[in-house]
Amino acid sequence: MALKPKTSFPSPEDIYRAALPNGITVLARSNFNSPAVNIGGYLPAGSIFETDDKLGLADFVSSMLMRGTQTRGFDAIYNELESVGASLGFDSGVHNANFGGRALAEDSPLLLKLLAESLQTPIFPNDETERLRAQLLTGLALRAQDTSDMADLIFEQFLYPDHPYGKPTDGFVETIQSITRKDLEEFHRLHFGPRGLVIAIVGAIHPKKAAEAVEKVLGGWQAAGQKEPPPLPPIKPVEKGIAQHHPIPGKAQSDLVVGALGPNRKSPDYMAASLGNSVLGQFGMMGRIGDSVREKAGLADYASSSLNAGIGPGSWEVSAGVNPKNLKKALGLIEKELRRFVKSGVTKEELADSQSNFIGRLPLSLESNGGVTGAILNIHRYDLGMDYYQRYESLVRGVTRSDVVEVARKYIDPDRLVIATAGP
Amino acid sequence: MKNPVTQLTLKNGMKVMLKEIHTAPIISSWIWYKVGSRDEPTGRTGISHWTEHMLFKGTKKFPGGLLDKAISRDGGRWNASTSRDSTRYYETMPAAKVDLALRLEADRMTKSLFDPKEVASERTVIISEREGSENEPMFRLREAVQHASFRVHPYHHEIIGDMADLHSITREDLYRHYRTYYAPNNAVLCLAGDFETKSMLKRIRELFEPIPKGSVPPRLARPEPERKGEVRLTLEGPGETTFTHVAYPFPNATHADYFTLQVLESLLNGASGLSYKTCRLYRALVDTGIAVDVSGWSEATIDPYLYRFTIVHPPDKKPEEALTVLDDEIKRMQDELAPEEEIKRAVKQARAVFAYGSENITHQAFWMGYTAMFSDYSWYTKYLDRLAKVTPADVQRAAQTYFQTNRRVVGLYLPTGKVA
Repeated sequence: MALKPKTSFPSPEDIYRAALPNGITVLARSNFNSPAVNIGGYLPAGSIFETDDKLGLADFVSSMLMRGTQTRGFDAIYNELESVGASLGFDSGVHNANFGGRALAEDSPLLLKLLAESLQTPIFPNDETERLRAQLLTGLALRAQDTSDMADLIFEQFLYPDHPYGKPTDGFVETIQSITRKDLEEFHRLHFGPRGLVIAIVGAIHPKKAAEAVEKVLGGWQAAGQKEPPPLPPIKPVEKGIAQHHPIPGKAQSDLVVGALGPNRKSPDYMAASLGNSVLGQFGMMGRIGDSVREKAGLADYASSSLNAGIGPGSWEVSAGVNPKNLKKALGLIEKELRRFVKSGVTKEELADSQSNFIGRLPLSLESNGGVTGAILNIHRYDLGMDYYQRYESLVRGVTRSDVVEVARKYIDPDRLVIATAGP
Repeated sequence: MKNPVTQLTLKNGMKVMLKEIHTAPIISSWIWYKVGSRDEPTGRTGISHWTEHMLFKGTKKFPGGLLDKAISRDGGRWNASTSRDSTRYYETMPAAKVDLALRLEADRMTKSLFDPKEVASERTVIISEREGSENEPMFRLREAVQHASFRVHPYHHEIIGDMADLHSITREDLYRHYRTYYAPNNAVLCLAGDFETKSMLKRIRELFEPIPKGSVPPRLARPEPERKGEVRLTLEGPGETTFTHVAYPFPNATHADYFTLQVLESLLNGASGLSYKTCRLYRALVDTGIAVDVSGWSEATIDPYLYRFTIVHPPDKKPEEALTVLDDEIKRMQDELAPEEEIKRAVKQARAVFAYGSENITHQAFWMGYTAMFSDYSWYTKYLDRLAKVTPADVQRAAQTYFQTNRRVVGLYLPTGKVA
C-alpha cells in the first residue's frame, strides 16, 4: 500500500558538516516538505562549572541571554521573533548550555542573527536580572510543592552524592538569591565561546547555505578566556539500599522514584540496556512495570521506567504516582519486577517485540525537522557515527537475551536501590 | 490546493476523511466519537473519559494487553483523549502496518468487553489520575472557576469527573454509555499519510460498513442563561504561591466572532504555540514585575465556553493589583482601535504555526477530525484567510461584547503556607 518514501533516514551523504576555524561545528540537512527551519545546538557552558554556593548560575545565565544584548533589549528581541511566529530559547544542563528555535525559512536569517547576538553580547541588565530572579524563585516555590519534581531531586541527590549530577541545575532558593550580576557576567565571559559549540539546522534551506549563514554571524566570534570543562568526578557507588521520604503536606498523591546508576550513552551496554528498559517499563502500556502497578493492581495512572544516558554515568529508574496509602504496596511490586528482571532477564518474545518497536518507530521519530535536529545532534555529541541511522537496525537486532540480562545485573542490584518518595 | 481531502459518508452513517501525504512512510489514523464530558448527567460525570480507558482493555478478537503490544511491535504510537465535546483515538503507524489500526478500531467500536475486573482496576487508576491532578493548585482553581461559570450547561464539570461519581459509576453504567455513543453514525474516521485513497477507501468500507447504525440520542445541551454580576471565589491549599484565574463567557467555534477573537487573543496573550513575551498582558504585568506570569486561552467548542486568564503572583504583591492591570488592558482594547500591523502580525504568526504543524502527519490527521466535531475541514483550510479579514473595528467591538466584568468569574488560590 505504501508508496516509496521521498525521504530517508539521515546518512553521511545528506548530513552536511562544516568546521569553522573558531571551533564551531555546523550540521545541516535539508527538508523542503515544509516551509520552515529548525535549529538546535549546544556549547560546553553547563552547571559543571558551578560552585556549591552558586547552584543554578549556569541556568540563570542561559535564561538571561535573551534579556538584553548590546544591540537590543528584551522586548525588542522577543518582538522580532514573535512578530514572525519564530521562537528561540536557551536552557542549561550539567555539561552544556542548549539552544533551540524555529522559524519560517524566510526568517531564518533573523533567527540566526538573534542567536548569535544572544550568545556573544548579552549585557545582563539589572532590572531584567531581578525580574528573572523573581520568576526563578517562584519556580522553586512551585518545585517544592511538586511531588514528582521533589522525588526526582531527592533521587538524584542520593544516586550521585557529591557529584554535579546530584545537584539541581535550577539551584536552591539561597543560591539563586546569592547570585549577583557580576557572577552572571563572569560566568558568561569564562564559559561562553565558539570552542565546542555545535549547531544543527534542518529544514527548507540548502545545507551549504545554512553553514554559510552560521559562519556569517558566528564565524568571527573569539573568546580568549573560554575555559576547558573540568573532568567529571568519580561516582561513589551506592553501598547499601537507601530509602528517603520528602514530606509535602496536604497532597492527594505521592510520587516515587526507584533506581540505580545506568550506562552512559557511548557505552557498549547502552543498546542492550535500552531494549531491556523497554521490556521493563516502556513497551506497550509501560512494559512490565505498567502491567503490574497500573493494569493489574490499579494503583497508578502512570508507572514506567526510564534509562537516562548522557556523557557520564546515567540513571536507570522506575517512577510512579500513587495514592499515599498505596506507596508501600507499589514499591513492593516494583521491587518484585526488578528482582525478576535481574534474575531471568527478558523472554525471547519480549526482546523481539521491543526490537521490532525500536526499528518500526524510527520514521515517526524522524518525521519533523525538530526530530531530525535532535537526532543529528545526538549522533554528533555521542560519536555514534553519521551512518548511525543506517546501521541502527542491525545494532538493535544484534542484542541478545544474554546481553540484556548481563546489563540488567551489571547495573541493577535490587538490594542496593535508591528509593525516593515525596508526598504527604 | 495541495493535498486535497476526500470526504464521504458510508452507508451506516460513518464519516470518512482521507488526505494523502507522501513525505514519510507513515500513516496516522484517528477515529472521533461525538461524545464527551458535556454528555454526562449528574451522577455520571467522568464516564466518557473512563469509557475511553476501557477501550484499551480489549475485545474478544484483540484481548487487553495484546492490543498495545501489537501496536508497539509495529513501531506505532497510539493514544486517546477525551474532551468536553468528543472522544478520539489515534494510531500513527509505519504505512505498511496501518491495517492493524483499522481492524482494531472497527472491532472496538462495538465489541469492547468491559470485563468487571477490568472496570474495578481501572476505577482506582482513574481515581489516582484525579488525585494526581488535585496535587496541582491550578487544577483545583480551574475546576472551581469552571463550575461557577456553568450552573446549567454540562460544561460545568471537569472531564475527569467528580470523585463521588468515580466511586459510584457501575460497569453497567459504563457499558450503556459505550453502546449508546459508540456507533458508526456518531463517528468520524480520518487518515492522513502515505496511502493511496482508492484502495484505502475500499479497505475502510470492508471493515467499517458492516457495523450497524446505532440510535444515538441528541446531545445534552442546556444553554447557560446569561448571568449579570461578577462572581468571586477563593480556594485555599498548600504551597507558597498565589494564583488568579479569570473566566469570561466566550462564543463557540462557529460563531461569526470566533476569528476576530483569535486576533484579539494574539494581541492580548500571544499566538497559540509561540512564546508570548511581547503580548500586551505580558508587557503590562510581567515586564513591570506585577506578576510572575500571565497566560490566556480559548477553546474551540461546540457550545459557548470560556476565555480564561491565569495570573501567577509574586510573593510581595497583592493579587488585586494584577487584576486591576488586566482590567486596564482589556479596557484599552475596548476603547482604542488596535493598529493594523498588530493584526498582520497575528496572521503571520498563525501562518508560521500552521507551517510547523505540517511537518507532522499525526497533527494533520488530527485537524481533520477536530474540525469535523464542530464544523468542517474548511474551518481549518480557510483559517488564515478569515484571520486576515479581521479589522481593528471588529477587534474593538469583540472586546466590548465579550470581556464584560459583570459576566466573569474570578477565582483566587490562597496558599496556606504563605507568610502574611
